[in-house]
Amino acid sequence: MTASVETHTSHGGTDSDARPVFVTEPRLLGLPASAWPRILAPIAIGVFSLALWEFAVRWNGIPAYILPGPLLIGQTLVSDWATLSGSLWITLKITFMALAAAVIVGVTLAVLFTQSKWLEMSLLPYAVILQVTPIVAIAPLIIIWAGDINLALLICAWIVAFFPILSNTILGLNSADHNLVNLFQLYGASRWQTMRYLKLPAALPYFLAGLKISGGLALIGAVVAEFVAGTGGSASGLAYRILEAGYQLKIPRVFAALLMISLSGIAIFLCTSWISHMLLRRWHESALKREN
Amino acid sequence: MDTASLSTPHAVRPEGRKPLVCVRHVSKQFGNGTLAVRDVNLSLGEGEFVSLLGPSGCGKSTLLRMIAGLGAPSSGTIEWPTTVHDASGEPQRDLGFVFQDPTLMPWATALANVMMPLTLKGVRTSEARERAAAMLALVGLSGFEKSYPRELSGGMKMRVSIARGLVLRPKILLMDEPFAALDEITRHRLNDDLLELWWKEKFTAVFVTHSVFESVYLSKRIVVMAARPGRVMADLDVDAPYPRDDLFRTSPEYAHLCRVVSGKLKEAIGS
Repeated sequence: MTASVETHTSHGGTDSDARPVFVTEPRLLGLPASAWPRILAPIAIGVFSLALWEFAVRWNGIPAYILPGPLLIGQTLVSDWATLSGSLWITLKITFMALAAAVIVGVTLAVLFTQSKWLEMSLLPYAVILQVTPIVAIAPLIIIWAGDINLALLICAWIVAFFPILSNTILGLNSADHNLVNLFQLYGASRWQTMRYLKLPAALPYFLAGLKISGGLALIGAVVAEFVAGTGGSASGLAYRILEAGYQLKIPRVFAALLMISLSGIAIFLCTSWISHMLLRRWHESALKREN
Repeated sequence: MDTASLSTPHAVRPEGRKPLVCVRHVSKQFGNGTLAVRDVNLSLGEGEFVSLLGPSGCGKSTLLRMIAGLGAPSSGTIEWPTTVHDASGEPQRDLGFVFQDPTLMPWATALANVMMPLTLKGVRTSEARERAAAMLALVGLSGFEKSYPRELSGGMKMRVSIARGLVLRPKILLMDEPFAALDEITRHRLNDDLLELWWKEKFTAVFVTHSVFESVYLSKRIVVMAARPGRVMADLDVDAPYPRDDLFRTSPEYAHLCRVVSGKLKEAIGS
């Protein structure tokens, strides 16, 4: 009598019926049908609130230098576009350069820290000090020391942005499955191989979570630092435009600049979320939807 | 007496050639003072199917990990008499390891997971892909090369794990309660397929389990262990012939063997 081999030649071999079932959805205009409420509901709320705001401003006759209505803000955005867009570009440039520096320094330090406990023990406290010191408090010093105002703003935004990436990536690198680490050891993997094939991929979801936080923080850092630099600086980012417009009581312009900062923040968040989704969608729990 | 019998204790070991692994007077004490394993002696012959059977806490997993080279014994030695040793005197253990969990890399496809040991050994990607695909087919998973672990069922993930353990064609495959988390039906099927793989590929199998039925069904030899401290209580031969299948699983001799081994296990627990 021979042992049966049928299961091997046939497809699937074992309990392939017990595989998890993932949600497959009908698509509407290129997006999954369930995505539409998530887009439409906030838009509806937004439109309703803006209408209420416009109505309240007109009904009560509130002057524009106290609270402009959304329509006036929109008009200002269009009429002042030339000035404001230049400032937006400067602010975004600082934001993205700071974010890039935060990614490079954060990931590099995290990798070094996991290679050497001594390095981590000696340097991590200083990273924490950098993180917990309010940026507003040290920004004046940085501006004096850096000399160049753009460099100073970059440093400030970087300080605010880099810690979430550092701490998340450290957590990720250390949370590789312990048995997999053993298995790599068993196959005589080098440090580099373990890093490349095991620890870095395992850290990816953590790093991306850090990136999402840092994207917003880099923008905040860039704006806050410019506020501190104030009119003394020669930079003309959005924060400077807000200060300037405030002094001149051009309140609609203040709102227009604020709107641009908010929209930039939202765009950065959507961007990092999209990157995260694309990188994790095939394998990570957070990106999968199961059908029960 | 019928064809199947249990000879105990071991009178005759297959000592014709050198054993693959010799465990001599091995004890393991953990940092917190727990004596996990005390004075274990064991030799594993080539081509054997050995089960380490015992209650939880009897040090069977610890012993298996020490054989794999994960954690050194506190005293005693584990020798690989027939294996090449490197310059520092470390044996170049030629083994595969299967954990209780499938322990797959979630970011990699089934194929990439099986390719991993080959990649680490520096095998060219094209060749590694070929060999991994062949191994996946051997465990009954052809067509699932591009599936991610999340898309597979528990039994299929375990098959990928076994394929990864065997892809380097090791002399010995160490398995640490690999099917404990699976349902009965899947476990039976995997037991059958594992036996068949062992029969075809002729590796030495060391199988840790706490199931009497599983150990009797699979093994040529059962090492019964007791807990606190972990030690070997009995070393039994299962003389039933291979191949074994459902007929064996329902036979009176299987029931008889299970009863005997159960008795030995009870003795071990009671001691």
